[in-house]
Amino acid sequence: MDAETVVETGDLTKIYNNQVAVDHLSFSVSEGEIFGFLGPNGAGKTTTLLMLLGLSEPTDGWARVLGMSALKQPLKVKRMTGYLQENMGFYRDLNARQMLGFIAELNGIPPQEGEERIENALKVVGLSDGADKKIEVYSRGMRQRLGIAEILVKDPKIAFLDEPTLGLDPDATNRMIELIVSLAREKKMTVVLSTHLLQQAQRICDRFGIMIGGRMVACGTMEQLAGRKLDIGKESYTLEEVYMKHFKEA
Amino acid sequence: MGGLKALIKKELADHLSSYRFLILFSLILMVSLILVFMAASGIEDDLKGERLPKFVFLMLFTSSKINFSLVQFVAFFGPLIGIIMGFDGINREKNEGTLSKLLAQPIYRDTVINGKFLAGVVIIGLMMVSIILVITGLGIYTVGVKPGLEEFWRIFIYMGISIVYISLWLGVSILFSVLFRSVATSALASFAIWIFFSFFLSFGVNALISEVVSSEGLNYSDALLKVSKIEQALSFTSPMVLYNDSTATIIDPMRRTLSPFTVQLGLMEQASLTRFSGPLKLMQSFLLVSPYIVYLLAITVILFLVSYIVFMRQEIRSI
Repeated sequence: MDAETVVETGDLTKIYNNQVAVDHLSFSVSEGEIFGFLGPNGAGKTTTLLMLLGLSEPTDGWARVLGMSALKQPLKVKRMTGYLQENMGFYRDLNARQMLGFIAELNGIPPQEGEERIENALKVVGLSDGADKKIEVYSRGMRQRLGIAEILVKDPKIAFLDEPTLGLDPDATNRMIELIVSLAREKKMTVVLSTHLLQQAQRICDRFGIMIGGRMVACGTMEQLAGRKLDIGKESYTLEEVYMKHFKEA
Repeated sequence: MGGLKALIKKELADHLSSYRFLILFSLILMVSLILVFMAASGIEDDLKGERLPKFVFLMLFTSSKINFSLVQFVAFFGPLIGIIMGFDGINREKNEGTLSKLLAQPIYRDTVINGKFLAGVVIIGLMMVSIILVITGLGIYTVGVKPGLEEFWRIFIYMGISIVYISLWLGVSILFSVLFRSVATSALASFAIWIFFSFFLSFGVNALISEVVSSEGLNYSDALLKVSKIEQALSFTSPMVLYNDSTATIIDPMRRTLSPFTVQLGLMEQASLTRFSGPLKLMQSFLLVSPYIVYLLAITVILFLVSYIVFMRQEIRSI
């Protein structure tokens, strides 16, 4: 791939309470791709995303996002990145429109442009009808879509999505997946997402990184992952097989 | 800067639309109304004598005819306002997962805590201004005197000190909201500190000190002196005492000293002190209490700084 590298880490390490959460992680993501972050719970995926956003300080190593150090220029990095966290928090008393307005204001988007973006985002995620209801009454699927709307309003270069499909029913999951694909294909965002849904990941992600116990045990396209370590026939392999094989080895 | 403005705006909207604030505000309004009517009727009695008091208007705030004046009311319950505005400031955002969302936006981390504190101070200011306006208005209506320029300034300074005093307790509760993850724990800790400094230090400790000093076998007057010295030293750690002393002097021009050592004076000495007492000039009153004001401000700033530092160093786990 000739595309520019937008996310890059070198020996990124994080130690929490004497426990290694992320262990000398080095990987990169190119512009415009959907990068799937796979791995069991507690593998250090969320911690890695937090360090990429400059929300958490690495114990060692470095992380660069769009050529900027997440540690030294957190504000610039945060202006260019969107983040959908695991277990999204919302201000319950606000409605969707107010929530998005608050996000627009925090990002310094001029009111008029902000309003346009908000209406547009609400339409894209299909929340136009419920936009004046308090977030309190939203279902989990609606909340996750509102999270995507926040990213759309912000319109960043890179979107970090942490478990965007966690706890969603099949229909909501599919809608979410479609939205994520549209972020990458229509809005030309680079998307880094962590997920447990291997089938969907295989369908939409360009490259994968498998993280186990704080280490990246494998990284690359489906072909690379399968070809390098495993003797699975090219036609029949699934991401699930690849993942399980790595998981058992580790 | 834009981020700070947006945050303060949101915090203000949150406060002003919350039931908590509404209940608190109506409670305080109600009490102020009762106080001003009580004070007004007390003043009418005072005005019947042949020697008219000089600062009639200020008596609305301090009238000795009633058991409880506005000054005392704020001293006792002001902390409650401050605590209620802040005890769930940071930890609620953590528990609901909104903090990491906020921090993922292009704002510095300290903007969050600055916004919380400043919005709280604005609300406190709003409350104090409206209470004082209500009392002033009702005072003009019931007593029929309007405040002179000096009285206006005294009330203004009083308001300033009150805002600092209540903000101090806002600082306490924000600190606990940073330290404790549980909202209930942080509320309880703030209340504990409030009761310790406001009630235990000013009432509970007195008995203790007398007990200790009397066991030392000093003669009566020495013991008395020692007790009140220790009491005074201790009382300086209590924001309520600082506030009480400073506002009383500002609001009551007849008070000339903050020293509790008048107990050492003989009867005639005391009489001669009061005999020539005219009201203090505004500047003199202010000079008398300025160390207290600086002290109150310093405690507030230190509390805020501690919460600031703790908050900046906290690890943002996936919250």
